[in-house]
Amino acid sequence: MMIQLVFYVFAAVLIASSAMVIFAKNPVHSVLFLILGFFNAAGLFLLAGAEFLAMILVIVYVGAVAVLFLFVVMMLDIDFARMREGLQRYAPLGAAVGGVLFAELAMAAAHWASSPVMPEPITGGLGQPGGPMTNTAALGTLLYTHYILLFQACGLVLLVAMIGAITLTLREKPTGRRQVIGKQHERMRADTLDMLTLPLGFGTDANGGFLRPAKGYYDTAVPGSYGVPAAPEPPREEVRKVDGDAP
Amino acid sequence: MNDAFAQIGLGPFLTVGAALLVLGVFGIFLNRKNIIIIMMSMELILLAANINLVAFSAALGDLSGQVLTVFVLTIAAAEAAIGLAILTVYFRNRGSIQVEDVALMKG
Repeated sequence: MMIQLVFYVFAAVLIASSAMVIFAKNPVHSVLFLILGFFNAAGLFLLAGAEFLAMILVIVYVGAVAVLFLFVVMMLDIDFARMREGLQRYAPLGAAVGGVLFAELAMAAAHWASSPVMPEPITGGLGQPGGPMTNTAALGTLLYTHYILLFQACGLVLLVAMIGAITLTLREKPTGRRQVIGKQHERMRADTLDMLTLPLGFGTDANGGFLRPAKGYYDTAVPGSYGVPAAPEPPREEVRKVDGDAP
Repeated sequence: MNDAFAQIGLGPFLTVGAALLVLGVFGIFLNRKNIIIIMMSMELILLAANINLVAFSAALGDLSGQVLTVFVLTIAAAEAAIGLAILTVYFRNRGSIQVEDVALMKG
């Protein structure tokens, strides 16, 4: 009885949060409800005896996929109010399709019966409760033996997804400062540096202590900087009026 | 078949899966302009498939369903990554993610 109660709590929260995912006004709330739904689905997996998958669901879905969604929703500056304009228009169509689908599923469930003869498990009854192996060990045994090719193919899919995501989003910035090794190696000391032998006291000046800048400097220099007379300050306006705020 | 699953039975699990599937399909139609919610609805549909696989795996005492669920999870993660990357690039180029604007190439 207790188990059933736990199941129905998990199922109810899962379905309610999934409904909130599609009905929430704010997409950030949608993602948060999606995370709640994944947690409850993990609870359902636990009840069905799939412990490893439950943990994977929490780690991969909540930790990676949902946070990725959250990241994208928060990063893109989207006018979500404008997106909900067509909501009333599409709701009847969606309800019709969903209702037909649900009716069909209900009909299929009503007329469905499993064969009284249970088929022999393909996997030889690995990982059953009371057996020699835990769920995780049995799953690993299967993945690395029977399903090794599919497992490797999954790795390839993930690799392609990773490369694809990087190539899609990587942007060569024209302003980026990159190291050009050839240019750096071709650079000679004579190109950039002049070694001068100066007599003692050459850089100093009689009144400034050091040599003044060249003549053209004063034409472009900012008033007030070194050696340039400061421009007369404009009269400061009173920023705050004293009696401006009084009603 | 473990104890907890035997007490609940296959039917309620399948019902939850069906409800999730219907909600996912409904969400795609309801939020036709917001592609992020559409992708979340797709995640819901995949989750419904996963719940069905796990439930049948427990009912039949066969671990193949759980192995298949691992593969579905992999594909879902790859799909989310690629989809969101495309979305980001599209937003960077056009400044909006209106689904209707994507049909501009149709001429």
